[in-house]
Amino acid sequence: MRLEPRTEATFWLRAMAPILAVMVALALCGFLILWAGAPLLEAYAALARGALGSRFALSETLTRATPLIFTGLAVAVAFRAKLWNIGGEGQLYAGALAATWVGTGAIDLPAYLMIPVIFSAAAVAGGLLLLLPTVLKIRLKVDEVVTTLLLNFVVLLFVNYLLFGPWKDPLSMGWPQAAPVVDSGLLPNLVDRTRLHFGFVAGLAAAVAVWVVMRFTHWGFEIRAVGLNTPAAVFAGIPVNATVVRTALLSGGLAACAGVTEVCGTKGYLTLDISPGFGYTGIAVAMLAGLHPLAVVVSAIFVAAIYNGADSMSRAVGISNYLADVMTAVALLAVLVSSLLVQYRIRRG
Amino acid sequence: MFVSVGFWAATVRMATPLIFGTIGELICERAGVLNLGIEGIMTFGAMIAWMWVYQGGDLWTAVAVAAGCGAAWGLLHAIFSVYLGLSQHVTGIGITLLASSLSYFSFRLLLPDVSTPPKIQPFESIAIPGLSEIPVLGEALFTQTALTYLALATVPLCWYVLYRTPLGLAVRMVGENPMAAASQGLDVLAIRAGAVCTGSALMSMGGAFLTISVFDAFYFEMINGRGWICIALVIFASWRPGKALFGALLFAAFDALQIRVQQASSTLIPYQFFLMLPYVLSIVALIIMSRKAAYPKALLVPFRRGER
Repeated sequence: MRLEPRTEATFWLRAMAPILAVMVALALCGFLILWAGAPLLEAYAALARGALGSRFALSETLTRATPLIFTGLAVAVAFRAKLWNIGGEGQLYAGALAATWVGTGAIDLPAYLMIPVIFSAAAVAGGLLLLLPTVLKIRLKVDEVVTTLLLNFVVLLFVNYLLFGPWKDPLSMGWPQAAPVVDSGLLPNLVDRTRLHFGFVAGLAAAVAVWVVMRFTHWGFEIRAVGLNTPAAVFAGIPVNATVVRTALLSGGLAACAGVTEVCGTKGYLTLDISPGFGYTGIAVAMLAGLHPLAVVVSAIFVAAIYNGADSMSRAVGISNYLADVMTAVALLAVLVSSLLVQYRIRRG
Repeated sequence: MFVSVGFWAATVRMATPLIFGTIGELICERAGVLNLGIEGIMTFGAMIAWMWVYQGGDLWTAVAVAAGCGAAWGLLHAIFSVYLGLSQHVTGIGITLLASSLSYFSFRLLLPDVSTPPKIQPFESIAIPGLSEIPVLGEALFTQTALTYLALATVPLCWYVLYRTPLGLAVRMVGENPMAAASQGLDVLAIRAGAVCTGSALMSMGGAFLTISVFDAFYFEMINGRGWICIALVIFASWRPGKALFGALLFAAFDALQIRVQQASSTLIPYQFFLMLPYVLSIVALIIMSRKAAYPKALLVPFRRGER
């Protein structure tokens, strides 16, 4: 048996490979449900109900998908340029810090100005945070995987310091949380009696914008060229370093917007747990989407559905909701293997 | 402070998981495979070793179980990154996500309703007769637990195998020039897979050290970036076992110092800034060393038979 490169893969193959992989992943996790001694069908049914089964469940899933769209886009953009940004979590919190700083009294504008200002401030913060590892990579050949990973811990400790120290809200009954964002900075609700907020629309808009930039513009072409073949890009006269820096600013900025949607949308104020690993899950989201900006929306909703579904499954049949993390990780690995099916065909002999 | 036995003993103790992890990662990278699964593999080693002892198992068997599980994770990594030639970055992150979530899931499943983590009887420290009576340094180095001695022994062993045996030459060759190794009749894929399994077993033992030697319980998020620090230490050590030991000890010394300064000056500087130090230091170490870093030439490059 050997692998033979495919010259061309049909659209259907490209679309079906990840779906097949996800099915396999969900089935594999069935073994864990059996190990936990829970009824398999009932567990999956509870998962599906909790994810999409009602108006409320659906709205919760879309709310949870919102930050994942942003962190997923951040990874999709960076990985296209082979910039290994694993610092989405840190950039998310950098954005959350900027949003809190602007949104809790630094300035006050009418909402139609305030919200764009908050998003921009956060994007600048996230972009700058990723700029440091990127400049170190370009100038001093410092591996960006390690630096972005380590910066996550530094940023989180800094947030911890602010929330236990100078930014602690005196009205929070001792909880480590910042003052609430002013009303004009809050993202408006989309549907009554749900938590779904304007951040989701912003996420959809960002996905379309990133797709247009990557697919139809000069910049997007340069980003893809640098990622596919850097020496060829140099030869073609593409300014590689400038392209990598632009990619970093875009990627860091996108991840930071996830912080805004959580602080100004879902929560209304900054806490230490606004992100249960959205930055890391963004990697899985982007890989499930094959790094395609529009597919990121679908895969973010899918991953959010798994997380919300697992929460209600854990209540219904008593399985730890860490199963959602396992499912996402298995899906990531399965999709990675399925990418081989798109690139190669298996030949006997 | 620098003459106190406690400080140096703490340094050696805190260096132990870093030594296991750094040597493990070094072996993987010398064979040309970046193993970003380290953080998750250490978590899994910590969980499984603790669970083994908690369920009535013996301490040394627990170490063996952790090593075996680590090797199994290494095999999974190798199937993806070596045999299938998939992206080492994504494979590693995937393994970390899977191994750590599976650890937490299993822990919750086996111990559903515990709020305070139950404790076990960990390894006890062994004073080596004679050597442990040397003032300060002897007391610090030779009154450790068995796993610390094992970690210290791993370094010369790793050096000897890498630089003085045909096996070590083969490992370094597949990491530098796999085509040349293949033309010598070496099985590049098998050697790489073997190196990743061995390295992952060591990482897992580093995790096990935390739960069954230095602490006596398993906590969520207890690895806390130690795996990523090990990856930085490998670059800092320019892929040499001796320098890796030095790096791990230096790093642990800063960490031990940080805790003592933090206790002395808690009112002046908030403790969070002290906790940032290990991560900031790792970045600084990378900045200093990266300019002249001699990466294994074939690091991150998958090898496929018959493909150029």
